[in-house]
Amino acid sequence: MATSIDISDLNIYYGDFLAVEGVGMTIRARSVTAFIGPSGCGKSTFLRSLNRMHEVIPGARVEGKVVVDGQSLYDPSVDPVAVRRQIGMVFQRPNPFPTMSIYENVLAGNRLNSKRMKKAEADDIVERSLRGANLWTEVKDRLGKPGMGLSGGQQQRLCIARAIAVEPQVLLMDEPCSALDPISTAAIEDLIHELKSDYTIVIVTHNMQQAARVSDDTGFFNLKAAGEPGHLVEFNATSKVFSNPDDPSTEAYISGRFG
Amino acid sequence: MSTTTTAPSAPTAVSRRGDSVFAGLATGAGLLIMLALAGVAIFLIIEGIPAISASGEQAYGKDNIVVYVWPLLFGTLLAAVIALLIATPLAVGVALVISHYAPRRVARPIGYLIDLLAAVPSVVYGLWGRAVLAPAILPVYAWLADHLGWLPFFDGPARTGRTILTAAIVLAVMALPIITAICREVFLQTPRIHEEAALALGATRWEMIRMTVFPYARSGVISAVMLGLGRALGETMAVAMVLSASGLVTINLISAENPSTIAANIALNFGNASGTKVNVLIFSGLVLFVVSFAVNFLGRWIAARGQVKA
Repeated sequence: MATSIDISDLNIYYGDFLAVEGVGMTIRARSVTAFIGPSGCGKSTFLRSLNRMHEVIPGARVEGKVVVDGQSLYDPSVDPVAVRRQIGMVFQRPNPFPTMSIYENVLAGNRLNSKRMKKAEADDIVERSLRGANLWTEVKDRLGKPGMGLSGGQQQRLCIARAIAVEPQVLLMDEPCSALDPISTAAIEDLIHELKSDYTIVIVTHNMQQAARVSDDTGFFNLKAAGEPGHLVEFNATSKVFSNPDDPSTEAYISGRFG
Repeated sequence: MSTTTTAPSAPTAVSRRGDSVFAGLATGAGLLIMLALAGVAIFLIIEGIPAISASGEQAYGKDNIVVYVWPLLFGTLLAAVIALLIATPLAVGVALVISHYAPRRVARPIGYLIDLLAAVPSVVYGLWGRAVLAPAILPVYAWLADHLGWLPFFDGPARTGRTILTAAIVLAVMALPIITAICREVFLQTPRIHEEAALALGATRWEMIRMTVFPYARSGVISAVMLGLGRALGETMAVAMVLSASGLVTINLISAENPSTIAANIALNFGNASGTKVNVLIFSGLVLFVVSFAVNFLGRWIAARGQVKA
């Protein structure tokens, strides 16, 4: 189910503004890939271009190639809606649907994909997804309650459950822990470790310790100068990036000398 | 308390002249509105009371005031409800186009155009309804009477375009800008993170709107519809000019025999009224006042209930 992603010469624009320039990398299947870098360097923008969420913003567009499973995502024949059903996404701020119960939140994606579902089948998906997100024991007695009634960390795990309920190939996470306390963050990081066996996970984080803890590969993004487009400085195994990086600016960033 | 050495001094209110002037102005404005409302209500009640005992000639040939006012109230509600049945889906659709579908370049002009509809005087709508819409729509009514005549609404016979349905269409056009403007604003306020949540799950734009925009905007849309209803209930000139009224109670929407509305009836008859007839007309105005008030409170109640849920 999990697949690798090949990116080559990707330029990402907002209107005429070139935000990210010339990114190329291969994201391995069943591994965790982390993107780090200072604010505004284009990590999130790049992440959003991997499931075509980037183009939701008016004027935003992409040049270059993103190949998943041999299929180019930006091929004119590819429907962005279909791409997003294959590549799930978890956002910076937990965003369960406020009018839906916990149960309905988990099933939201499945309800889009197939209109008809047996009750038993739906129950099954809800339990499996919530167990997968380490949330089942906490909410199994109140599945009918609104998702907004949960704590921030629980809401974020609910969003992860919602994303994996449709069994995507890839899971993108855009700073999933930045709005959470350390305990909830630890819960999510444990979860990322477990999910790795089934999914290809790409995570953007501002927390370098987090990148070092959860990821197998790390990409460091930076700006050449203010107003210049962001670019990929270094992409290597996480152990190498954090111990013996190729690029001096990576080492400077990781050791806290800038950014 | 024994260990407390210094009693905490109560913060003394510092009075600033600008603050007190503004507070006075704001309070005065609020009181003035209350006074105006109370004045209208008191006038309507005092002048309307003598009508309760009116009958025969004084009540325009009706047995008592209830028999006189009921058909008018019926016509008022019928025209307003039909107007909203037409205007609401249209307004929600236009608001969605402006807020979520059209590119910004196109959306803005459409928004201005809709807003301009609100600037057209109601007498112009009346003229347009009577001189343009009524004759143009008569063939449609004839077709409805021929083919859908088995429905009580389209019983016909269709001999004039100046029916309650035409009046309701004119009212719908007049209520459209209010409803559209409010819907557009609430649709635009849907949190971006919820819309993106839906899109990231692979929702199409329409599915995203159904999952996030409509639930979020529900109470706002209801408020908008209630405001539109208020406009449709009270509209006078357009209805008075368009409608060929005979003052009976019927749900036949396309015949020449139409119920009149309270507001139009007052406008048409007040100039020639004298004695108790004046009180009778004012009493009908009181009924309209109460109904409009009730509709507004109902709308606010529904909107408030919806917000707690969301």
